[in-house]
Amino acid sequence: MRKGYLQIGILCLVLVLIDLVSASFGKTYYLTQLTMSLYYSLVVLGLVLLMGYAGQISLGHAGFFAIGGYTTAVLSTYNLMKYKDAAVVKMFSKAGLLNLREDLYGAEILSFHPWVGIVLSLAIAAAVAYIIGIPVLKLKGHYLAMATLGFGIIVYRIVLGTPLFGEADGVSDVPPFNILPGLSISGEMDERRINYYIASFFVVVMVYILINLINSRVGRALKAIHGAEDAAESAGVDTANYKLKVFILSAIVAALAGAFLTHFNGGIGPSEASVMKSVRYVAIVAAGGMASVWGGLTMAMLLNFLSLRGYFGSYDDAVFGAVLIVIMLFAPEGILRINPLKILRMSIKKS
Amino acid sequence: MPLVFCIIFDCIMNIELFFQYVAAGVTYGFIYAIVAIGFNIIYNTTGIINFAQGEFVMLGSMTAITLNAFMPLSLAIVLSVLITMLVGAVMEILFFRWLESPSVLRMIIITIGLSIIIREIALAIWGENVRALPYFTGNEVSSVSFAGVHISPQVLWVVGICSVMVVGLQVFFKYFRYGRQMRACAANREVARLCGINTKNMVTLSFVLSAGIGALAGCVVSPITYSQYNMGVPLAIKGFTVAILGGLGNSMAAVAGGLLLGILESFSVWVMPSAYKDAIAISIMLLILFFRPAGLFGRKEEFSLKEF
Repeated sequence: MRKGYLQIGILCLVLVLIDLVSASFGKTYYLTQLTMSLYYSLVVLGLVLLMGYAGQISLGHAGFFAIGGYTTAVLSTYNLMKYKDAAVVKMFSKAGLLNLREDLYGAEILSFHPWVGIVLSLAIAAAVAYIIGIPVLKLKGHYLAMATLGFGIIVYRIVLGTPLFGEADGVSDVPPFNILPGLSISGEMDERRINYYIASFFVVVMVYILINLINSRVGRALKAIHGAEDAAESAGVDTANYKLKVFILSAIVAALAGAFLTHFNGGIGPSEASVMKSVRYVAIVAAGGMASVWGGLTMAMLLNFLSLRGYFGSYDDAVFGAVLIVIMLFAPEGILRINPLKILRMSIKKS
Repeated sequence: MPLVFCIIFDCIMNIELFFQYVAAGVTYGFIYAIVAIGFNIIYNTTGIINFAQGEFVMLGSMTAITLNAFMPLSLAIVLSVLITMLVGAVMEILFFRWLESPSVLRMIIITIGLSIIIREIALAIWGENVRALPYFTGNEVSSVSFAGVHISPQVLWVVGICSVMVVGLQVFFKYFRYGRQMRACAANREVARLCGINTKNMVTLSFVLSAGIGALAGCVVSPITYSQYNMGVPLAIKGFTVAILGGLGNSMAAVAGGLLLGILESFSVWVMPSAYKDAIAISIMLLILFFRPAGLFGRKEEFSLKEF
């Protein structure tokens, strides 16, 4: 337990150091991509718990990310001005759920407050995860992979084919999210550093929750499920219940990341829901070593940052495909667990 | 319910259109069936679902289109099928042959990675352009009449070649030495090895075979459906739907499942926008997975013995 807290302390230190270093070199624009990477890392951390600890693959987590992002995007941009005299809208207004602002041209926009969007997006993601989780998590292996993939594609198709979600263009002009007075999530230049720290805060909290969860009764139950589900079941572990709870938790975290990133970017497009995005999360979890919070976090930050800065060029997808293959062939334990000495010894033994 | 009556009424009023839809459904259905059989062949010998199955279809048709610029159509198709078979063999030898009892999760992820890489290579070679092979006989407008219904001759090519492939595979698995060895492998790999069958070669052969039939199917269907670098993923998902619809590993049932899905999809255009067409296959897949994972024609007892 103590060790975990020490590591969290180190994580905080590293996050602050990254900010200070980029500030002192005058490269604060890196913080934009770092913030985005931090949000993507949240999805990866949720998936680490689901894939690494509970042993359930999901090829549909971009779907939950998109559910979160699109829910808050639509709620906070849909203009209710023309319905402003309707009873329901008035009721919402009285309850303080609505937000009146002006767009670039001075036209009034009456829409839901981002708080409503965030809360609803988490609720919808949790509900969807609950509904599909019950039948899906009964499946194993290939069937589980295909079913989650199918879920992801359905979300993608809905987003791509529905005018409300902007079809191929996505939703843009999403307003900043004022969490507290003076503290808002937005892509504004002068709020870059504070946004970096907001994202960092979420990641640190998530890591804290994960470490506590893993070192608890729940974590041991999950490891038992991963190791041998039938054995765990016969030992009295309610496997279906644990798997479902972890699935819902990881879905909520993905939706949270999607919602916040949408406010940060000021919009969301259908590519966030694509199969390739889901595969990318899986690739990162695999590269981090499946059941490794720190490995997953490191890889998520590294690969997402490089990808967002455009270092992979037009080979972006190919890089993640290659990462998947190479990791699974040569280092199924993750990049960080590669032990050069052991490999050398093995190869000597073989020859 | 009234909607269904409307459709039936429409069909009766317009019997020709009805048969056009059936013909389109059968065409796609056979392609799905071939992809499903490709899944089955590899699944039977290795227990892997090869997520890169759709990529074989794409590779076959794209290679044939390129080769067709330099040589006659028939030669281009034969060569592209051979090239795709080679790709299948190389894939198995490089990525699967030397792994010792890897977990299913590891295998799934490797085949997903391979499908991404193949797709990206195809994108680099052929770009995003939509291409097509020429019609094997006649052209876009020529048609064959059957009792007043006009059908493109290419549909007959698809149905003919795919049927020959299905029957040919059945004969191969039943009467030929390698086919029987592959079946032995599928039944019990340990015992097959004890009987002196080189199980590793059989696995390679299964990849070669399923790459070959996928490529040929891609070639015959290319004039109708067109080919693009990213055509593989939807095909793989529909092929998988068909494979489990019939019961994983059962090739004859896959044909029935393929026709069922193809015709359902083609009639779905009557009731909903074609943008949601893919959703039908996926919904069917999810329903089957949730309620009848042994497939429509499979038995529950048999299914419970299989490993995933």
